[in-house]
Amino acid sequence: MSWTGVLAVSIIAYLTKLSGMLVPQRILNKPYFSQLALLLPTALLAALTAVQVFGDNKQLVLDARLAGLLAGAIAYKLKATFIVIVITAAITAALLRLFLGFN
Amino acid sequence: MRPIPPRALSPKQITLDAISIGLATGTYGISFGAISSVAGFSFWQTQTLSLLLFSGASQFAYVSVIAAGGSVTSAIATAALLGVRNGLYGMRIAQLLIPNLSQRVWYAHLTIDESTAMANRFDQSQQSAKRAFLATGISVFVFWNIATALGFLLAQSITSPEIIGLDAAIGAGFFALVAPRLTTKEHKVTALIAVAIAISFTPVLPAGVPILLAALSAALIAVRGGK
Repeated sequence: MSWTGVLAVSIIAYLTKLSGMLVPQRILNKPYFSQLALLLPTALLAALTAVQVFGDNKQLVLDARLAGLLAGAIAYKLKATFIVIVITAAITAALLRLFLGFN
Repeated sequence: MRPIPPRALSPKQITLDAISIGLATGTYGISFGAISSVAGFSFWQTQTLSLLLFSGASQFAYVSVIAAGGSVTSAIATAALLGVRNGLYGMRIAQLLIPNLSQRVWYAHLTIDESTAMANRFDQSQQSAKRAFLATGISVFVFWNIATALGFLLAQSITSPEIIGLDAAIGAGFFALVAPRLTTKEHKVTALIAVAIAISFTPVLPAGVPILLAALSAALIAVRGGK
């Protein structure tokens, strides 16, 4: 795995944080930018969820990962913490594969 | 975020809150360490991401885009776009704490979701806000890095991630990150359009690219909101 990528992404992340610290306050008052900065993570995280659950080497598939997500979503609704949501999803998928032959 | 009365929390209480937030994010750090290991990153690469990148969602995105077969460039772009909000947080912290130049240089590294949210609770008292920001930032940094190492080492003992459902854990992890953000109509619509874009383009574009395209949904909704 490439070290270049690891270091590049780390440096970019730090410079992003620092640029915010150094930018003149005036720019903060542009509603478009603050709205965009807050909506970006929502868009990217939603897309990452979908691709991680349905994507399989450029194909869309339905398998135990979807059942895992649904179980995780129920755990979220029940106010479970992050680690509980993640483990619930993992165990659900693992059990379906082990006992019901899911992919 | 509604500020709570600053006098309600003593310095000790702020520190205790900071420690509990650090512990809570630590559990997420375990997941990151484990998934980075499964994705094929080395121990020190994983630890470097937690020490230097130090922004959970970006780290998670970086390793999972590469694990899914995406290019390093699209993984960097996804992680960088996810980090744009930290720039906005930096502006807020600069406005709130009025740090000098050398403080800005290291405060920037601690500028994440949790530390900004904690500092925001004390927008009436600069001293409390500063304590909350630093205590939370340092606490999350310490626990996050310990947890990353633990998670990596735990996952090393696992040979086949599908069998224990670790692949399903990644999707659920992103879900757990996005779900609390879906508080307004703008965020919900943005998420729906992003999912539609990502799903539609997955069969036809290289891995990682559909996620970058999905970022357009945020731009679209931000333009509409600006009118």
